[in-house]
Amino acid sequence: MSQIFRPSSNAVSKISLLVVVLTVGFLGWALWGLAYSPFATRSKIPFDQPVPFSHKHHVGGLGIDCRYCHPVVERTAFAGMPATETCMSCHTMIWTNAPMLEPVRQSWATGKSLEWNRVHDLPGFVYFNHSIHVNKGIGCQSCHGRVDQMPLMYQVNTLYMDWCLECHRNPEKYVRPRDKVYQMDYEYPANQAEVGARLVAEYKIQKFTDCYTCHR
Amino acid sequence: MPPEKLGSETTTVAAGPEPVLAPGHNYATISDKIAAVPLEVGWPRFWIVGFTITFSIVMMLLATITWLLARGVGIWGINIPVGWGFDIINFVWWIGIGHAGTLISAILLLLKQQWRMSISRSAEAMTLFAVACAGIFPLLHTGRPWLAYWMLPIPTVMSMWPQPRSPLLWDVFAVSTYGIISLVFWYVGLIPDLATMRDKARSRFGQVAYGALALGWRGSARHWNHYEMATLILAGMSTPLVLSVHTVVSFDFAISLIPGWHTTIFPPYFVAGAIYSGFAMVLTLAIPLRAWYKMQDFITMKHIDNMCKVMLATGWIVAYGYLMEAFMSWYSGNFWELFMMKNRATGPYGWSYWMLILFNVLIPQVLWLKKARRNVALVFITAIIINIGMWLERFVIIVTSLARDFVPSSWGMYYPTKYDWSMFIGTIGFFLCLMYVFVRLLPALSIFEIRTIVPRAEKGGSH
Repeated sequence: MSQIFRPSSNAVSKISLLVVVLTVGFLGWALWGLAYSPFATRSKIPFDQPVPFSHKHHVGGLGIDCRYCHPVVERTAFAGMPATETCMSCHTMIWTNAPMLEPVRQSWATGKSLEWNRVHDLPGFVYFNHSIHVNKGIGCQSCHGRVDQMPLMYQVNTLYMDWCLECHRNPEKYVRPRDKVYQMDYEYPANQAEVGARLVAEYKIQKFTDCYTCHR
Repeated sequence: MPPEKLGSETTTVAAGPEPVLAPGHNYATISDKIAAVPLEVGWPRFWIVGFTITFSIVMMLLATITWLLARGVGIWGINIPVGWGFDIINFVWWIGIGHAGTLISAILLLLKQQWRMSISRSAEAMTLFAVACAGIFPLLHTGRPWLAYWMLPIPTVMSMWPQPRSPLLWDVFAVSTYGIISLVFWYVGLIPDLATMRDKARSRFGQVAYGALALGWRGSARHWNHYEMATLILAGMSTPLVLSVHTVVSFDFAISLIPGWHTTIFPPYFVAGAIYSGFAMVLTLAIPLRAWYKMQDFITMKHIDNMCKVMLATGWIVAYGYLMEAFMSWYSGNFWELFMMKNRATGPYGWSYWMLILFNVLIPQVLWLKKARRNVALVFITAIIINIGMWLERFVIIVTSLARDFVPSSWGMYYPTKYDWSMFIGTIGFFLCLMYVFVRLLPALSIFEIRTIVPRAEKGGSH
């Protein structure tokens, strides 16, 4: 009776074991990479908007405060989007005929709001409140990045739960004095561990990581 | 099935214990007889009919699951207050059934019981298939089975780990450990026989398929040495699982505060019940198997007799559990416990309690009679009755306690829907279908293990 398998089958079977391990490892690595890629998180991708509004120009260039356009950020869950009238408070006087601003003037004339495309879109099952975060000394920049350098708005962070929890578990690493919340180029001091711990105590920041903190 | 001729084994030697292998067998006849089932017997009518029926039931199961995924668990009869219905009943029932296979392959191996050898392979297969059926239910009960990976301790973008304080999570670990160890044990035990099948197969496909699965087994002394070590280690790992898996399953209930669930007797009582139902299922499968494939020489009346005795013993532990539940409800003096027991026996589900007592406690007492244990048809019917009784036990525990808890305003009845039934019957079909495939493709009895119990003088023949 002839042999069923050639001698090389031994090598093939051993190598195939290795290949299985490597394949599983590679798939895990690829999946992990894919999960954090801009493709999955929508981060680092500028969004098209009805008007190509530049935060770089308005915040970085002109120095307009965040709260001029997002007026209720200190009081409500939603930071608030500017009414067309807020835009027109300046643009009735400057760039009154700029073609780029035509949709804004239309909105003003018709009373129909501009429909912006939402950049930071949390899932519906997550309860997020802006006011508590800014009132406890978390800067805009901590989540939204250097908005003053963005010609078109994009998401900087993944908005994944591990990203939320990183700060909820270690708020002392990210907290800053309340009066620096709206400062875009804030730099954490060298002794942030110390300062952070003091601010956490002073602002009575609690490390809420229960499910129902965000999933209500 | 024709009743076994009584006294056909009285030809064995009077002195010493009854042998667990009919006389007149040597190495060659054992290999030929068992290997012939997949290789020579082919497609007998009973196989084709049985497979066709069970395969159709599997299709019904798949259709039900599809509809379930489309519509959600609302198509089942579960609702507040009875949030656990057929799904959890069936889960506990199936997991329990698997325990006999592990007991036979692990504990009886360590105890060097020779009679385990001819039933271990099919019992282990039964364990695997029962775990597969069991796993379906809690997975679908979650409602969003595609998120089931949340229960695994793996890194995810949520940076969250499973909740170790929940007994339902302990279930995940207990059952998945059980499934993996059972699979590995079963496969390792198959390797020497797969090599025999490779050598006996005549078709090229059979040679390559069995050969690839045999992983290059040549039966050298070194191979056997490794094999023995691996088997001992796996038996050592499986032995605590026989006790721990159903203990953890019982924690799902015992950790809660529901009267009738919140009791310390649950772990031992569940484990005994698991082995009880498992042996009943082994008999339910082994009796047709030995009749259809003429395996009476290997699965002898001695085997059936022994399994009946195991059922008697575990049946009494279970009966003691029922007795203690009733006693403790009175002895505790607790209003809710007393009410629970009264409701179980005389409430709207009282019929299920008394059927359970009849099926699990009273009828099996017939096995005290040697004549009954040697009557294959009677044993088969008793085994089926115990299977039903053990299912009823889980029904009684889960439904009666939930339907009437502390506050009468929150009481409610549970009625299974047609989807509950088609899921349950579907998994029975799935289980039997896998058994049909198993006996058709693999040696259903362990060739090399049975060969070790051939009397020395009769070894002879090739090997």
